[in-house]
Amino acid sequence: MTSANENGTPVWQLIVAWGFVGIPLAWGVAQTIANALKLFQ
Amino acid sequence: MSLFSFLDRDHTIAKPGFNRWMVPPAALCIHLCIGQAYAFSVFNLPMTKLIGINQSAPNDWNIPELGWIFSIAIFVLGFSAAIFGRWVEDGGPRRAMFTAALCWSIGFFISAFGVYIHNLWVVYFGYGLVGGCGLGIGYISPVSTLIKWFPDRPGMATGMAIMGFGGGAFIASPLSVWLMSKFSTPTHVGVAETFIVMGAIYFVFMMVGAFIVRLPAPGWKPEGYVAPVQASKLITASDVYVYDALKTPQFWYIWIVLCINVTAGIGVLGQASAMSQEMFPGKITAVAAAGFVGLLSLFNMLGRFFWASTSDYIGRKNTYFCFMVLGFIMYCLVPYTGSIGSVVGFVLCFLVIISMYGGGFATVPAYLRDMFGTRYVGAIHGLLITAWSMAGIFGPVLVNYIREYNITRGVPKAQAYNVTMYIMAGLLVIGFFCNLFIKAVHHRFHMQPEGDGALPTAAEAGAAMATRLNGKPA
Repeated sequence: MTSANENGTPVWQLIVAWGFVGIPLAWGVAQTIANALKLFQ
Repeated sequence: MSLFSFLDRDHTIAKPGFNRWMVPPAALCIHLCIGQAYAFSVFNLPMTKLIGINQSAPNDWNIPELGWIFSIAIFVLGFSAAIFGRWVEDGGPRRAMFTAALCWSIGFFISAFGVYIHNLWVVYFGYGLVGGCGLGIGYISPVSTLIKWFPDRPGMATGMAIMGFGGGAFIASPLSVWLMSKFSTPTHVGVAETFIVMGAIYFVFMMVGAFIVRLPAPGWKPEGYVAPVQASKLITASDVYVYDALKTPQFWYIWIVLCINVTAGIGVLGQASAMSQEMFPGKITAVAAAGFVGLLSLFNMLGRFFWASTSDYIGRKNTYFCFMVLGFIMYCLVPYTGSIGSVVGFVLCFLVIISMYGGGFATVPAYLRDMFGTRYVGAIHGLLITAWSMAGIFGPVLVNYIREYNITRGVPKAQAYNVTMYIMAGLLVIGFFCNLFIKAVHHRFHMQPEGDGALPTAAEAGAAMATRLNGKPA
């Protein structure tokens, strides 16, 4: 079974590609926000 | 068939069915890695203790010497983007990304060797020169590709990639600190090993981007996208050759506008911690100032996506008007927030300013596309990045030297930045008028059409924006 989107690229490829860049970025942003909160303490 | 033929432009053309939303992650793979440059300062302190370990020894490097590593890298970024822009455009995104990955990772490896033998010139050469070339080539490599895939949303597309450059520091900073903690011993700081590991990680990450990236096939258009026939007034209907763009006043007006916008932001970014503590003594501690710097970085990143996406709806010229007018108001308000002791007002002013600093970077590729067409936009963008190099000198000089001058004349530290803020506001007035003078490029600069159906023409893309702005095709 192929779960392809309207253009034919498998959805899992899109998820993997975005996850590959999105997860590290989200981790970095979370770290930064945790540090930034010290401004308001 | 050559070993590296897979890097060729022809091998990068997308097959039918390729989803264009695969391209932004490819661009982010590059920009998230080279964005590490913004976090290089985390190495400064450890690199002053390479010999003394617990404290600096007489033969250890000092902070001003180490500061040149970042300065050289940013300077080389601008000029390598200008020099290699045409080569990047002709060779396609994959070859450029591969070259950027090589330069960036080799720059780290050479720097590791420089740290190992304790020779700062080797680090200048490695990170500054070789790595700086990786920065410049990597920065412009996905820009024109994204514009070609997203003729209907060029601002949003390039904004996503350039947002990655702002976000790279978020990953690099904690990663660097963690790696140094793993490699450090009572007799060793662990900087060289950290450089080697980071160089290897960045090479792999950037190569993933190089493998994913694709160019649209000839004649490709987004599904459901109908390209209107006529362009709008401010968006050229033709392409302009890369070196002809330099002969147009539009290029230099945009150059000045970008230079001013970056000057206004970069000086603040570099001095944010000290400035906040000096303007609010006792209210903002060193820990809180670090949080303020983190918040600025976050808004620098988010501003890139927000403003570039917004420019798809309100137009590039209006977006830059927002930067100049809002920036003017914010810079004029900063001394007032200091005088009434409003930390919240101070922080809000700088968050808006820094979001527009990032927004200026992210919106400018689409502005160039509007003015000069799609064909050479990557190369022209490369030439424009020299404005960044110049601003990298002007901004810190304005902030640091005027502060020093004021303090030596007996001005209290809390008020030492006021003159700088008013000068920044004045610069933005100049930027406002430069932006005002920007008109459509004269037709004598336009290239003759070659009937190349591979790319969506500037006319098509321009008319798409006109449709969004006016609600009907122009």
